[in-house]
Amino acid sequence: MRNKSVATLAGMSVLALYSSMAVGSKYNFPEPQSVIAQDIYDQHIVLLWICLAIFIGVFGVMFYSVLKHRKSLGYKAANFHHSTTVEVIWTVIPCLILVAMAWPATKTIIAMKDTSSPDMTIKATGYQWMWGYDYLQGEGEGISFFSKLSTPRAQLQNREPKGENYLLEVDNNLVVPVGKKVRIILTANDVIHAWWVPALGIKQDAIPGFIRDTWFTADNPGIYRGQCAELCGKDHGYMPIVVEVLDEAAYAKWAAEKLVGTSSAVNLAAVSTEMAASGADEAVEAAEENSDNN
Amino acid sequence: MAAIHGDVHGHGHDDHHPTGIMRWITTTNHKDIGSMYLWFSLAMFFTGGFLALGIRAELFQPGIQILEPELFNSFTTLHGLIMVFGAIMPAFVGFANWQVPLMIGAPDMAFARMNNWSFWLLPVAASLLVSSFFVPGGAAAGGWTFYPPLSTQGGLGVDMMIFAVHILGASSIMGAINIITTILNMRAPGMKLMDMPLFVWTWLITAYLLVLVMPVLAGTVTMLLTDRHFGTSFFNAAGGGDPVLFQHIFWFFGHPEVYIMILPAFGIVSEIIPTFARKPLFGYSSMVYATASIAILSCVVWAHHMFTAGMPTVGQLFFMYSTMLIAVPTGVKVFNWTATMWRGSMTFETPMLFAIGFIFLFVIGGFSGVICAIVPIDIQVQDTYYVIAHFHYVLVSGALFSLFAGAYYWLPKWTGHMYDETLGKWHFWLSMIFFNLTFFVQHFLGLAGMPRRIPDYALQFADFNMISSIGAFGFGMSQLLFVYIVIKCVRSKEAAPEKPWDGATTLEWTHLPTPAPYHSFEKPPVFKPVSH
Repeated sequence: MRNKSVATLAGMSVLALYSSMAVGSKYNFPEPQSVIAQDIYDQHIVLLWICLAIFIGVFGVMFYSVLKHRKSLGYKAANFHHSTTVEVIWTVIPCLILVAMAWPATKTIIAMKDTSSPDMTIKATGYQWMWGYDYLQGEGEGISFFSKLSTPRAQLQNREPKGENYLLEVDNNLVVPVGKKVRIILTANDVIHAWWVPALGIKQDAIPGFIRDTWFTADNPGIYRGQCAELCGKDHGYMPIVVEVLDEAAYAKWAAEKLVGTSSAVNLAAVSTEMAASGADEAVEAAEENSDNN
Repeated sequence: MAAIHGDVHGHGHDDHHPTGIMRWITTTNHKDIGSMYLWFSLAMFFTGGFLALGIRAELFQPGIQILEPELFNSFTTLHGLIMVFGAIMPAFVGFANWQVPLMIGAPDMAFARMNNWSFWLLPVAASLLVSSFFVPGGAAAGGWTFYPPLSTQGGLGVDMMIFAVHILGASSIMGAINIITTILNMRAPGMKLMDMPLFVWTWLITAYLLVLVMPVLAGTVTMLLTDRHFGTSFFNAAGGGDPVLFQHIFWFFGHPEVYIMILPAFGIVSEIIPTFARKPLFGYSSMVYATASIAILSCVVWAHHMFTAGMPTVGQLFFMYSTMLIAVPTGVKVFNWTATMWRGSMTFETPMLFAIGFIFLFVIGGFSGVICAIVPIDIQVQDTYYVIAHFHYVLVSGALFSLFAGAYYWLPKWTGHMYDETLGKWHFWLSMIFFNLTFFVQHFLGLAGMPRRIPDYALQFADFNMISSIGAFGFGMSQLLFVYIVIKCVRSKEAAPEKPWDGATTLEWTHLPTPAPYHSFEKPPVFKPVSH
């Protein structure tokens, strides 16, 4: 009886630990901020539970055997070596589990792929090593700017203490309105990059010479950070993505102000590309001037 | 015991081979060549390990400390290439060279001279890879998958890598043809295919996979080479090509390659578990069918490495379903091993410890594999540390642990000396602890959003990276213990028992003395099949 309650207690605490790990964002996906991200989060949790159940089943049997069926305990080996019934059962059951896993995933894939009728469309272009954004359609159409890492070089080289958003901050955030379906069209200028914002549940490669697309609808205003996810050369680790989600009024204000400065911004952006070739520090400064001018 | 010596002809037989270095350069003996493969792969394992420790040292803390980003990228690239092509694959070929003839009762490999050639190509390729660090522009830095257009940008180091891959591919194809021919034609009379030990079966299937996919890899690196130097545009959109074409061709090779590195591991474990459980392998024929199904399925799942590259919905669905299906035969194998252990009479010498460690950790790698197969989740974890953790669970605690298990299992047969059991157990437990310390936390890093192949990271990832680096150094140091154990075993004066494992049933233990003589089975042994 006592053994049983100890076992129950141990089992409960393992489960509790496991669940708490799943909730704390340090051990799991960041808090989902879109329908798709929520689907991904939920499916991942379900899969973890299924894996845990199988794990306990298989290794429960194996470690029971390891503990009990020892030569040192005088256990005599049996001589069975196959059983068609058992083998059929443990082939069919995994198939059923897989179907149960595939069903919700299939629905999410179809939803992820549906980039039709967006409220606005933005083109993201990967460069070695920054992102360029062009607002192609919807409110803010015509806005265009580059977005580069804004962490000072001194922090990278440990000459200054590192800031809170070390390596995850840019000079110009990608600004979008909350609750609107935003279609992102991706391409690249030189090599393959990947545009990834974990909280929004999207990651899509940007391929030079080709167009890909993806979409998201942000649930809440806020700032969501991500990074380039495809090795793109020396500064692959230094091209973050920052999406700033504003409520509708604030977005309209931002778009109107941005559009006023667009013509000068385009010129300055062109300058900053040239600067990028000559040196990263100067380019960062140029981009800072750019935002000051605005 | 006398019966065991019945058909051995060690006495009075003159080995008449050259001595010194010429013995090794000119040898056509499968045991010599097997040993060279194994020593070579051990050397490469430490080379790749050195690179891994460089990576982990840089990632110990945020900021750039010891490796500039470009050199860091070269380290990750060469770590992957050297471990896959220099350490794991040659090690399994070394096992095949030693064990396939011994286990099927053949006197040697079918093509003895080609065998020599396929080994001696390896040091050439390895020198190309390692010396590329010292050429202008440095070693290739586009990742072990060398996706264009990034790999089109690199310097001489990329060309050296391409030639190294060509040479390694040629070596692998020759090795595979040799193994297929040996297994199909040189089995002891009476040994049907379905009587073969499972290690031989898994290698037969692996060898077919090699012959199928290595030419594809050779083709794609050749296309990369002509894109780089001869003006073609296979992978350049500006000239009508497509960078994603490379990924399709590469992964058509790359995914079966994953199974090339794990099927022989399944074979080794399937020899060891029954021996130490003193009970026949459960479900022999389902093991063979499962291995074959995994091999066939592995050829139709390649695009699951490319879910974020952009693909039609039906494409993603097809590759998700086919990938998930692989879990079924893999599950069958795990259940069979468990059933083999069930009601056995087990002892836990080092080979058995590594075999059980293999199953335990490989299953965790299998779980994360199923999670990665689910497209929506994969979109999140693709190219993150989650994937790094996943494939190190199947390649390090999978392939590598099985290699250790096999080495401890057969060292007495190869050297005639017993390894140090206490040190062997230390090696297992240290490897087990430090492996998990290194790689388990990487799951969390990936989920939280840390991309792979970055030399520096945001502050939120600092704790786990530090733990992982500490684990990596512990793991690396523990492997020095393995070298010490092997050298101590080779140099030992004490003779090993004729049959140190009382549960072993394969020909090398039942029909040959320990150590196996330089020429074995010159007359085919009498093979009595056991019913499966």
